[in-house]
Amino acid sequence: MSTPMVGWKDLPMAAVPFLSAKEYPTGEWAVFQPKIDESKCVKCGLCWMYCPDSVYRWDGEGVPVPDLDHCKGCGICAVECPTKAIEMVRI
Amino acid sequence: MVAKAVWRPDIKELARIEGQKRPVESGHRLCAGCGAGIIIRQIAMAARKPLVWINATGCVEVATTIFPYTSWNVPWAHNAFENAAAVGSGVEAARKKLARVNRFEGDPDIELDYDVIVLGGDGGTYDIGLQAISGAFERRHKIMYVLYDNEAYMNTGIQRSGGTPFGARTTTTPVGKVIKGKPLFKKPIMDIMVAHGIPYAATVSPAYWNDALVKFRRGFETEGPVFIHAFSTCPLGWGSAPEDTVKIMKLAVETCVFPLYEVVDGEYRLTGPSVSIAKNPDRKKPVEEYLKLQGRFRHMFKPENKWMIEKFQEWVDRQWETLLKRAGY
Ligand SMILES: Cc1ncc(C[n+]2csc(CCOP(=O)(O)OP(=O)(O)O)c2C)c(N)n1
Ligand code: SF4
Ligand code: SF4
Ligand code: SF4
Ligand SMILES: [Mg+2]
Repeated sequence: MSTPMVGWKDLPMAAVPFLSAKEYPTGEWAVFQPKIDESKCVKCGLCWMYCPDSVYRWDGEGVPVPDLDHCKGCGICAVECPTKAIEMVRI
Repeated sequence: MVAKAVWRPDIKELARIEGQKRPVESGHRLCAGCGAGIIIRQIAMAARKPLVWINATGCVEVATTIFPYTSWNVPWAHNAFENAAAVGSGVEAARKKLARVNRFEGDPDIELDYDVIVLGGDGGTYDIGLQAISGAFERRHKIMYVLYDNEAYMNTGIQRSGGTPFGARTTTTPVGKVIKGKPLFKKPIMDIMVAHGIPYAATVSPAYWNDALVKFRRGFETEGPVFIHAFSTCPLGWGSAPEDTVKIMKLAVETCVFPLYEVVDGEYRLTGPSVSIAKNPDRKKPVEEYLKLQGRFRHMFKPENKWMIEKFQEWVDRQWETLLKRAGY
């Protein structure tokens, strides 16, 4: 028996992506990823602010925590950290 | 009419809100170090109400919605270059109309008190989408149009646009015997938009995040059309190191290649580091410092092409002088 055909009226009005991009592991692109020396971090939040990939989680109090499953390793956070607390390490 | 009270962004509070709402989720496919990724986050951070986000074609649109994935946790729609501002106009007009006829009153699933943001690249703004933007501004829709300017058609492989600067190497303005990168200068997009008599226009460099957020918020608060010109480093198209993205965003301002200012009801006001450069001209750095970090300008550093750097500098100086006069310096 053949599969019933889906009529055009059953299709969504536009192409609707249905999975969150967080399911997509862009961390696999990285060659280097950030490692924070907590003793040097002054909790300014600039690494969080400048990451193009929304990688850092920061509660506003502690040291920001990068989600390495999504970090592409661009190195912006390491360059912009005012105390040089971030080292890019080869993974 | 532009709102008077100035919002003071608190970076800790912003981080907590972003952590809860995740308006732009990780996992999009913008290149590593893409400046546009910072811009879209900052726009969302500055929101005061729920957003409806209209996006013209281009890198942001393609990279954030590669089927079946989406980075957006705000209502978002992709549109053609030509009609992005027209769709924004319609979404804004619908909000007003539906509220007027109480169409969804008491419906907990429908929120009509939202702000409309339209995002487009330089190709979509300087060139292809210009007429729809002009129409939306003339009709006085309350939309904020943000141009993320990476100075070429990047998503299709670095073709020159009306926003590509003088001298830049692109795939349609190569460096050879006949031409050496783009022979023409950038179209004065801010002047064109300001000429529409809109209540608020501003330039933004995401590196100066406080300045950027205040302007985006002001844009949302303004009762009428708003234009924001955001500087967007593109490591792939500019031949710059991904880690230098924010550094280049700073140098563009420090060299006056991309001065920071706002135009409120026709009045020009410098902001951020551009104010201190206006007051202390020795703080203005030479354009070489900006150009040398980018492969697209590399040929200009050959001795026989020195005139190109001089010509670039002259253009920057002339633009800056005009701006200083307009801002009352
Ligand atoms: C009408 C039309 N012409 C051409 C294209 C192909 N196209 C897709 S993305 C793109 C580049 C857009 O450049 P820009 O607006 O500067 O955004 P960027 O990709 O640089 O972020 C082009 C030309 C299209 N989608 N629609
Ligand atoms: S930029 Fe550096 S000092 Fe600031 S919060 Fe991040 S790691 Fe800490
Ligand atoms: S290296 Fe780049 S992607 Fe990774 S956390 Fe730092 S800024 Fe974000
Ligand atoms: S080509 Fe440029 S603008 Fe497009 S995603 Fe890559 S870095 Fe960003
Ligand atoms: Mg572009």
